[in-house]
Amino acid sequence: MWYWLHRFSSPAYFYRFAGKATPWLAAITGLLLLAGLYGGLVLAPADYQQGDSYRIIFIHVPSAWMSLFIYVVMAAAGGIGLIWHIKLAEVVAACSAPIGASFTFIALATGSLWGKPMWGTWWVWDARLTSELILLFLYFGVIALQSAGEDKRTASRASAILALVGMINIPIIHFSVEWWNTLHQGATVSKMGAPSIHTSMLVPLLIMALACKFYYATSLLMRARAELLEREHNSNWIRDALKNHG
Amino acid sequence: MAVLSRDLLLALRRRSEVVNPLLFFVIVVTLFPLAISPSQAVLQTLAPGIIWVAALLSTLLSLERMFRSDFEDGSLEQLLLSPCPPTILVLAKVLAHWLVSGLPLLLIAPLLGVFLALPTEAMPTLLITLALGTPVLSMVGAIGVALTVGLRRGGALLSLLVLPLYLPVLIFAANAVAAAADGLIVTGQLYFLGGLLLLSCSLAPLAAAAALKISIH
Repeated sequence: MWYWLHRFSSPAYFYRFAGKATPWLAAITGLLLLAGLYGGLVLAPADYQQGDSYRIIFIHVPSAWMSLFIYVVMAAAGGIGLIWHIKLAEVVAACSAPIGASFTFIALATGSLWGKPMWGTWWVWDARLTSELILLFLYFGVIALQSAGEDKRTASRASAILALVGMINIPIIHFSVEWWNTLHQGATVSKMGAPSIHTSMLVPLLIMALACKFYYATSLLMRARAELLEREHNSNWIRDALKNHG
Repeated sequence: MAVLSRDLLLALRRRSEVVNPLLFFVIVVTLFPLAISPSQAVLQTLAPGIIWVAALLSTLLSLERMFRSDFEDGSLEQLLLSPCPPTILVLAKVLAHWLVSGLPLLLIAPLLGVFLALPTEAMPTLLITLALGTPVLSMVGAIGVALTVGLRRGGALLSLLVLPLYLPVLIFAANAVAAAADGLIVTGQLYFLGGLLLLSCSLAPLAAAAALKISIH
């Protein structure tokens, strides 16, 4: 397994592997998305309270999950890059940040669209909304630091430290926001506490979550390939890879 | 220790750099009554938040000084090459920064509390939160400065990196002062701030030292 890991982390091998895997992952993403959307928008019944507008959860909830998941992946990859100086881990961390920020933004935007008919307002300073917004700021910080340096490797390592510091802070921020909110008002929390979800809604939700995971993988591999080409443009394996390509 | 006394001496020689963030703190606080309302009741509810937001901003203003000039004249590199462990070095730098920029805030805050009609019962809490909270701001800020010191336009970036990390301090400190103004018990908030202080003292120097090594490289 170590042998495999070692080989996989070499940019040349990864570049070839990612090139082969991307179409497959993209196809799986497409299929899952179609299935999830069909299940969510057509098969699942309307909610007895919220009508059809609840259907936004099929994109909202998976994006919210992804926003945290990608941050963890980014921080872990950044940490690996810092400790073992693995170039590929730095690339993965760098490429994850924009995807994670997009998911966070989608979660916020769809939540706000849903909040208007349901809560009667676009924005509430609810604990979850606030911590999601702060997560978006943390992503922006990582992206900004990444693009600020002239040397890409130094910038990656700096933003890896920032991501790790953010990782320690996420639970602290989350709990302090929650605590702050409960001291102010608690109404929105009980509005969030929906009755346990029915299978006909749960299955499409899980399929959509899986689709988002595969979308992330696809997009990460594509971005990582482009990033590798840019970072390693002087190395031999790129010359060979491009030659083979024609 | 030598670093600490050297930084303090440097700060003494350039007094304007010490005084400016402090004046900024006072001016920002005076903007709020002018912008919102001079009514005592309104100011009283806003006072903890205003003072704390102003403290955050003025800390941000003085953060760059922590490593910037040493980085530019190359002495930071020499300090890191010295046998002294970099975490201790960072700790000394942060302590010097806090003594120069955090402590004055603490001294002038009661005056601003009076400006904003903060009840006298809340004054001790305001001072305790500042005493516990501003070192955390310096600590966490050190990581941000260490990360951006090698960049040419680090200023705006620094605030983007550091402000989200300041939120827990802001929440608990402002909340404690507001609760104390209402005559409530605030030990919970203060314990939490103390916890944040211990956590940042133990972890932030490590992160800042690692960040400095990357920036210098």
